[in-house]
Amino acid sequence: MTDEHGAHPTDAKYVKIALLLAAVTAGEVGLYYTKFSESLTNSILLMMAAFKFVMVAAYFMHLKFDNKILRRLFITGFVLASFCYFSYLVTLGVFV
Amino acid sequence: MATTPATVTTADTSAPTGHGHVTNTGLSNEKLAMWAFLGSECLLFGALISTYFLYRGKSVSGPTPADIYDIPYTSVSSFVLLMSSLTMVLALAAIQRGDYRRLRVWLMATALLGASFIAGQVYEFTSFIREGLTIKTNLFGSSFFVLTGFHGVHVTLGIIMLLSLWNLSLRGKLTQDRSEVVEIAGLYWHFVDVVWIVIFTVIYLIPT
Repeated sequence: MTDEHGAHPTDAKYVKIALLLAAVTAGEVGLYYTKFSESLTNSILLMMAAFKFVMVAAYFMHLKFDNKILRRLFITGFVLASFCYFSYLVTLGVFV
Repeated sequence: MATTPATVTTADTSAPTGHGHVTNTGLSNEKLAMWAFLGSECLLFGALISTYFLYRGKSVSGPTPADIYDIPYTSVSSFVLLMSSLTMVLALAAIQRGDYRRLRVWLMATALLGASFIAGQVYEFTSFIREGLTIKTNLFGSSFFVLTGFHGVHVTLGIIMLLSLWNLSLRGKLTQDRSEVVEIAGLYWHFVDVVWIVIFTVIYLIPT
């Protein structure tokens, strides 16, 4: 089993991650102002948001380093919520 | 020869909790409860974001998102909240090292960044209302104010938690062996940040 407090990143690594997240946010805003295909832009924006989400959860919330029970608990809630609301939106014809 | 009690598992001994007591999972109940709570919060914000999607582009009267969003302004607010996650994790690292002065500096920095975000949100809401968008104006107004308002309430509760921790530390009641308290507050804080990451992209940046 993974140690609950095993090998967290150093302060310098946290700063590097924050700078990376800031750069991705700047990239998102830059992409918003570009005029490519809307579907391509939206897909890239969603991927960038997913990247930021995963980085914060994995490093700042320590999911990457903590006990896997915690990871499963959060991922279960997140996947259930995503599935539930995606089904709801599809049923109501939002994506048609 | 020493024997292990039948009720104690390997997990119990390999992962002591922040308060030093053992549990069946090897995790502290408080931390487990916070993660379960955050899992349930995914359902709350999922419902609010889905409702926004459901009503998107269906308003029969303006203003619409394209009329009133100020993307450069909201980008700065998003950056501020993102940086507050950095200061929060530095506060946790400080208490885990026993550096109480830096703990208080980073806790206060996080609370101030959170307060700046809330001030920005209040200004944004005020300017939207001046431009004619209220919670009752149209479907966009209702779903936008409810979603971002709920998020703002979460950030405000987080600021109260941070200031309480700062006060406890100042009175010498937040010591290294209680670092899990900061970790749990940090989990909540990072969660409101990841929710904003989603809101910023799907509500502000992806057009109707």
